[in-house]
This record gives sequence, structure tokens and C-alpha cells, in this order.
Amino acid sequence: MQEIYKENILDHFKHPRNFGPLKGAQASAREVNTICGDEVEVQVKIKAGKIADIKFQGQGCAISQAAASILTEEVKGKNLEGVQRLEKNDVLKMLGIPISPARLKCALLALYATKNAIKQTKDK
Amino acid sequence: MNLAKDFPILKRKFNGKRLVYLDSAATSQKPRQVISALKEFYEKYNANVHRGVYNLSEEATQRYEGARTKIASFIGARAEEIVFTKNCTEALNLLAYSLGKELRGRDEILISQMEHHSNFVPWQQIALERGAKLKFVEITKEGKLNLASLKKQLSKKTKVVALTHVSNVLGTINPIKEIAEIVHKNSGAVLVIDGAQALGHMAVDIKKLGADFYAFSGHKMLGPLGIGCLYGKRELFQKMKPFLYGGKMIKEVSFVGTTFAEPPYKFEAGTQPIAEVVALGAAVDYLNEKGMGKIEESDRKLVSYALKELGKIPEIEIYGPKTAEERGAVIAFNIKGVHSHDVATILDSEGVAMRGGHHCCMPLMSVLKIPGAARASFHIYNTKEDVDAFIRGIRKVREVFK
Ligand SMILES: Cc1ncc(COP(=O)(O)O)c(C=O)c1O
Repeated sequence: MQEIYKENILDHFKHPRNFGPLKGAQASAREVNTICGDEVEVQVKIKAGKIADIKFQGQGCAISQAAASILTEEVKGKNLEGVQRLEKNDVLKMLGIPISPARLKCALLALYATKNAIKQTKDK
Repeated sequence: MNLAKDFPILKRKFNGKRLVYLDSAATSQKPRQVISALKEFYEKYNANVHRGVYNLSEEATQRYEGARTKIASFIGARAEEIVFTKNCTEALNLLAYSLGKELRGRDEILISQMEHHSNFVPWQQIALERGAKLKFVEITKEGKLNLASLKKQLSKKTKVVALTHVSNVLGTINPIKEIAEIVHKNSGAVLVIDGAQALGHMAVDIKKLGADFYAFSGHKMLGPLGIGCLYGKRELFQKMKPFLYGGKMIKEVSFVGTTFAEPPYKFEAGTQPIAEVVALGAAVDYLNEKGMGKIEESDRKLVSYALKELGKIPEIEIYGPKTAEERGAVIAFNIKGVHSHDVATILDSEGVAMRGGHHCCMPLMSVLKIPGAARASFHIYNTKEDVDAFIRGIRKVREVFK
């Protein structure tokens, strides 16, 4: 029944990884979901074409916050190009739960914020 | 009142569970009588109104104007005081645009912190455009309108006061009669009331309320989508400039100018949703047949029971007045540590349709210092069993998020 609130999702929601401000961040990007007021801000540190460190802050529904926690774990240490190529389906695979169209934006907030933050470091 | 049998949609099932519809504040469900009225119009009477000299058009016009009279008398008004719009939002825009044309730099518009975006954004934008000042009546800790704050902000400069009758978040029923006295005594302003959450839930006698304008949506009072109404005092409608221009709202058009029709037609440009008007008339018949007193009582029982049961669950914060007597048919709340969208998703899996979010009241959310709230809202087809299903769902939320 409540497949979407799997143990793993709730655990990331209650104990988010990579949560808080990132000291010495080179860029940050904030995304909001105006329908429900979810917020995710991602900060990144880049070194040698890789994400050296990443942290997020925010508030909102379990899906948006768990997705940010899971995504930041996943991309830390990864190649920038690879991260920029991540798409909706990659995030859904990481989450491993069925997401209804109404909740898709929640799940993707962190991805948009991460990509925007990386883009900023390139623009600099 | 067990009227669920009159509402065909309530037979639907989701995840094998019967639909428990608790989002009537967004739009109410429609009884068979309203759905049949729509079908009957299209099958038997469809023609444009006021223009044809043939019988069919005459019959359509009779039904259309008959519905206007019915709707008018439902709120104690005369037919020519009812203008058809597409919804409550358009009715409020009509006022903002038309009254806005007369606003000047030092004029003030007074609304409140609890307004729906529909009764907020139009005034805000007109104020910006005209260089007028927008001011806000504050709410009390209990979520009621602070009448001292209203009185204090009224002056000769106040040209429009626009307030909701019932808050779609707090549930607060504002004392319109008392407000009208305060407004008219302390300013020359017109009083605009947003009746979206009141009509169909409580008896409204417009002359007793003393409001100058009253806006509402048909679809929230068991009527069809696509039709709203604006009540206005005739002498005010006569003075006002039109909102939309075009066919049907004119008296005479020449190459150099146009004279306009008398109200309400002056504000009804183009072909209106005729079948929907007729079906809204059927909704009014239905409401009258059940009795507004009975409907009010049914709402109150459900809200009172739901408040009592919610009160037994720890970690729930309910917004707005404490008792059902002071409330309309909505209850907004939060469960500590759980976002309202997660609440709505879990309830949905139980067949309970309700919503989370800011409910088109972002300024109010900032006053309450919350990002959003879950909201259950009721209408006459809801039962005690629906509230029980809702409470079971809430307990499930707590289990999942424990
Ligand atoms: C208090 C209030 N005012 C105005 C509206 C707008 O109604 P509509 O969307 O039908 O124009 C609503 C609807 O949610 C409401 O609750």
C-alpha cells in the first residue's frame, strides 16, 4: 500500500545525509516547488572536474527531502559530466519508489538544484 | 443527512476503497439533478439567448433568466443585481478592474491577511497600477478578523474594503453584518465580500448582511463548473464602468462610440455559459429543497465531530477558531514533523481525497509561519463514516512517520 513511504525513504527524511551549510562552497542553487512550498538548496565544492563535496538544506515533504539526501550521497565524488547527464529516470531509480505525476516535482527538486549549482561553477 | 445516493461520483472506488471526498472547499460534487439539468438543456433547449425571435431561443431565454431570478432570490436579491461571470475569481476581477478605474493616488484599498489569492492579487495589482495603497486587516491569534485593526485603518481615503465571508483555511466565519456597519460608518468605501466558501453552506440574506458586492462560484455550491456570480447594489452597478466589452453588453454602437446596456447585461459581454446557468438554478433548487438550515446543521455536526476526534490525536495543530459554531465546513491542520503533501498522499491511499499545500493563501501561510497545511472540507453528502475514515487515515500517517 504505502510503497512510496518505504523504510529507506523515511530514514533519509528523518536523518538526512549531507544536510547543512557547506563551508567554502563554490556555488549554490535553490529550487522551490510553489505548489506545496518544498525548498531545497544545494551547495557544491568542485575539484578536478569532480564534486568534491555537496550539502543541502531545505524543508518540505518526505519525498523532496529524502530525494535530496539520496541524490547528494549518490553524486559526491562523481564526475561533473556524469552528474549533468542525470535525468528524471535516474533519480526515480535511486529512490526506488513509484512517484505519481503530482509528486514528481518534489522528487526532482534536488536534481535541478544540483545541476544549476554545477552550471554556476562553470559560468564563473 | 445521507444524500450520497444523489451524487453519482461517490460510487467510485480507489484502491478498492470507496471514495471519501473531503475536498469540497476546492469544488463540491454535483447531484444527479444538476447533471440532468445540463443534459436536458443541451438536449431540449440549446439556443443562444436574447437574440432569437424563434420559439427555441425564447425557451432558452426563459430558462436562463428564470435561473437568474432563482439564484438572486436564494440570497435575497433582485434578478438585475446578479451578474454572471465564469467564477468567483472573475467576479472579483470585474470589481477590481471596474472600481480600479476610479482610483487615484491617495486612495486606499483594505483587504485582510486571510484572503484567498482571488481576493488578494487583483487588488494588489490594481493598487500597483493606480498608485493606490493596499492595506491589510490583521487576524487575531485565534484566526479571527481583528475588528479593531479594521476600524483603525478605515478613513476617508478608503475606497474599497474586500473581505472573505468564510476563510478557506481557518474556517473563520467573519461577522459581515457588524463589519458592514463599521465600514459604512467609518468610511465611504464599498464593501466587497468573497462568498466562495459561504454560499451553499449557510443561509445568506444579502440585504441583512449589508455588503455592497458579494462574489461566489457555482461549482462550490453543488452547481456546475464555469459559472460564477457577482451580486451588486443596482445604483453601484449603474455608476460603474464595464469590465469586458463586446456583444450583448451594449445598447447602441456606432463608428464613433458605444452606449452600454443596463446592469446586469452591461457586465456580461459575449455569450454566457447558458446551460451552466440553468444547472446552477437546479443546484439552488436542490439546496432549497434540502433546506439551508439543515445543511448548516449537517456541516456543524461533521466539523464538531472531526474537531473532537482530531483533538484526541497528539501532535496535531488545528488552525482557526476552536469550536464548530464559529467555523465553516473546513478544517486545516498540521501533524508535527509531517508535510501536508505526505498527509494527503497517505490519505489518498486510503481512498480519502483531501489536500495539502498553501490553499491559495500564501500571505496567510506566512502570518501563520507554516509552509502549508492539510485541509479536510465537507459538504452535505459527507457522513460521520467519512470523518471516521479520515481519522483512521490520520492515525496511519502517524504510524508511517513515527
Ligand atoms: C475563499 C475563496 N475565495 C475565492 C476562491 C476562488 O474561487 P474560484 O477558483 O472558483 O474562482 C476560492 C476557491 O478556492 C476560495 O476558497
